[in-house]
Amino acid sequence: MSNPTTEVSVSVNGSDTSASVEPRTLLAHYLRDDQGLTGTHIGCDTSNCGACTVLLNGDAVKSCTVLAVQADGKDVTTVEGLSGPFEGFSAVQEGFRQEHGLQCGYCTPGMIMAATALLADNPSPSRDEIRENLEGNLCRCTGYQMIVNAVEWAAQNAGGAE
Amino acid sequence: MSLVGAKVLRKEDPNLITGRGQFVDDITPTGTAYLAFATSDVAHGRINSIDTSEADAVEGVLAVWTAADLEGMPPLDGPPGLERPVLATGKVRFAGEPYAVVVATGRAAAADAAAAIYADIEALPANTSIDVALAEGAAPVDDNIPVNGIFSMPVEDPELDAALESAPHTLSFQLSNNRCSAVPIEPNTVLADWSPAGLTMWATHQAPHKLRTDTARWFGVSQDTVRCIAPDVGGGFGAKINPAPELVLAPALSRHLGRPVKYTQTRSECMLNMYHGRAQQTDVQVGFDDEGNVLALKVHVFQDNGAYADAGGMGMPALTTAMAAGCYQIPKVGGGWTNVLTNATPIAAYRGAGRPEASFNIERTMDIVADELGMDPLEVRRKNFIPADAFPYPTHSEVAVYDSGNYAASLDELLNIMDYEALKTEQAANRDDPSKPLLGIGFSCWLEIAAFGPAGALEAFGHLGSWESGQVRIQPDGSAIIYTGASPHGQGTVTTFAQIASDELGIDFDKISVRHGDTATVVQGIGTMGSRATAVGGESVKMASAQVVDKAKAIAAHILEANPDDIEVTGDQFNVAGSPSASVTWAEVATKSFQNLELPEGMQPGELEATVHNAPPNFSFPAGAYGCVVEVDKLTAEISIREMYLVDDCGNVINPLLAEGQVHGGVAQGIAQALYEGMQYNEDGQPLTGTLVDYLVPGAPDVPEYTSSRTTTPTPNNSMGAKGIGESGSVGAPPAVVNAAVDAVSHLGVRDIPMPVTPQKLFAILQGGGS
Repeated sequence: MSNPTTEVSVSVNGSDTSASVEPRTLLAHYLRDDQGLTGTHIGCDTSNCGACTVLLNGDAVKSCTVLAVQADGKDVTTVEGLSGPFEGFSAVQEGFRQEHGLQCGYCTPGMIMAATALLADNPSPSRDEIRENLEGNLCRCTGYQMIVNAVEWAAQNAGGAE
Repeated sequence: MSLVGAKVLRKEDPNLITGRGQFVDDITPTGTAYLAFATSDVAHGRINSIDTSEADAVEGVLAVWTAADLEGMPPLDGPPGLERPVLATGKVRFAGEPYAVVVATGRAAAADAAAAIYADIEALPANTSIDVALAEGAAPVDDNIPVNGIFSMPVEDPELDAALESAPHTLSFQLSNNRCSAVPIEPNTVLADWSPAGLTMWATHQAPHKLRTDTARWFGVSQDTVRCIAPDVGGGFGAKINPAPELVLAPALSRHLGRPVKYTQTRSECMLNMYHGRAQQTDVQVGFDDEGNVLALKVHVFQDNGAYADAGGMGMPALTTAMAAGCYQIPKVGGGWTNVLTNATPIAAYRGAGRPEASFNIERTMDIVADELGMDPLEVRRKNFIPADAFPYPTHSEVAVYDSGNYAASLDELLNIMDYEALKTEQAANRDDPSKPLLGIGFSCWLEIAAFGPAGALEAFGHLGSWESGQVRIQPDGSAIIYTGASPHGQGTVTTFAQIASDELGIDFDKISVRHGDTATVVQGIGTMGSRATAVGGESVKMASAQVVDKAKAIAAHILEANPDDIEVTGDQFNVAGSPSASVTWAEVATKSFQNLELPEGMQPGELEATVHNAPPNFSFPAGAYGCVVEVDKLTAEISIREMYLVDDCGNVINPLLAEGQVHGGVAQGIAQALYEGMQYNEDGQPLTGTLVDYLVPGAPDVPEYTSSRTTTPTPNNSMGAKGIGESGSVGAPPAVVNAAVDAVSHLGVRDIPMPVTPQKLFAILQGGGS
């Protein structure tokens, strides 16, 4: 017997999307499998790693901990939806590039989305505040210092390209 | 301008910061089916029966296999007589071991079906530690081998024993290295598509050519029909090199079903099935005199190999014992080991692979010697350093002939950036001030092996060779494509190799692409591990580039009607020395290199390419000096690192930004091992740290700011003088952190605290007033 499905409609990166999904479908899987937006990564099954972080109505959420049905009628921004004045990159994206804030790149989309939400709330965080606010995002490559540098760079250059 | 040595931003980044990277799970060909495992709940047990009938009935299920369906298929590659079956056969030997596999049309259906498989497993006593496994009457992990100590290489050296006996002081103690999980943020993932034309397999892997070779052998097909691709790889740290059940089951089931099959490991599966690392206990005997001169050192390493012996895991203590003496001149040294099977996840390489353990043992030992004599730990180290003029330095081990080093220089630089005297004063004051935390100051003057490349270095671990390939192909427009057998997973190889090639070829950095991780395009390869990519594979790229330039100069000389010996290349063009006006662009030379009528006599179209498989004459031995300052709260025993000073000597550096990134990442993993991480099991062998909720991978607030510097002692083993940097941090950090933690409570008579040094352990020490 087929599992029942339900219709969801989500605005993703400014575009209307919809799909018929099982109620248990996670937002992360909706984005990756139904919408083909594979920039949102999945790194754990306990909401610890944060690789799947996206913005839901502007707030950073772990999309593995949100059901697709909970996002019905809401706005989602993924890493693919970012853009900005740095040859198309946002300040946060460019900060990660300038400051070597990534190595393998697997945690990076989640880090960038978490940092984007942080700077929206607090445009000039201290280094400690950056660390505290990225607590829910694990990186195994960088040892974090250059990620903190990257977010600082973004805060300092939020006004746009030089 | 030379790019080698410059802070160049990475070519890799634009894709990765926009979500356009391509990891294996991002690839889903039409018709892809999904694989899931049924895994053991118990650590050790006899399989009486497996009932798959309910799983077969789940909608969308395409296949359900147990070991019975694999009859006639070989086990996974492993040491002869110790091979692991693809699916548990007769027995399960560790919690989480797969005993059945399901493929279904959807990810969720596969998981549902796997959960509907029922196994009747009769629990057996679990060997939860080295001590339990080696005890008399322990239940054998492998039914065919009556004892769990499966291999032993004792030290038999009467002169060493005599030296220990006659030393004015002799201490014996045991040091342990906790069992760690690599935790790349991308778990194991594989996608196999076996069509009539052959097998294409995408895998998150550090060595796709090895995977190609192993896969072809396992299936008995020729290598030309197997294409393995490691696309963007989300971290490896040594755990993505060796055989795994999914790496043969995904292709086997793809062939069986005639459609692509994908397996994406969940983190919980990853914690129990991806190889673990470290897991050593070492008996140390050290003899020394009143002045702190170490006279003799004997170690015996007990390596917990887990439930199945992997070739890499078996070899780990060989590296630990080879590096037993670290950067010290000790007259008599000997190292032996015992490999032990236990009922836990198999062990293989994890960042540093045997050398972090060695560094931990010797650097803890130096502190213990200093404590015994009441000397400063740095004074003991300085007394015993191998002097800078003693290289190449042969050790007690044939494996380790140190190439070059200046250990005192690294320590001097450390004390330039770290105010040791002020810290000691603060430490003394804090001990008497109830409002201040306890301060601990720790050091490590670590040494490690990098550039795994000399012939014989990797063959014993199942690799085809130890060289690395580098190929340079000039395109008709004067751009270049570099192909490397190194298979990066975050190291920035695309950038550093383009820097190396740009300098050598005289072609603009932006006109050089570096391709890797695909057996269909890269000639042959070994992979990225053992801090080898730049020192071994980068040198291949440099050598191949030089060969191409020589041929290009012949064409340029022909065009300019000059002598090839007078041609210089720089800034995308060829000039005649002494006559700046006589020049031809790289683009023109490149175009004409493909045109018969434009070539000098004796040259053929397509000659502007070269391939080199470089194998260096020796390993390189990066070293450094780290200093760590911890604070321990006197009431709660919470421990935190306040300061971390890092001096690395990896020889010459290609890209200082990327080199520093490697150090930071390794140091964070070293801090993690020292303070936070460690797989734990209860007495039944149940893992207590099977998810990221319990296994504490540090986040940004849990690690300190790093203050770093460098000294430079080039290696003679390659023309760049680059030693390798990938593992240094994970080698150097754990002893520095633990030495600091012990130092914080040393006034209570404490001489060792096993890793991870948790607040709980420190609390017990503070409560008990000492050890």
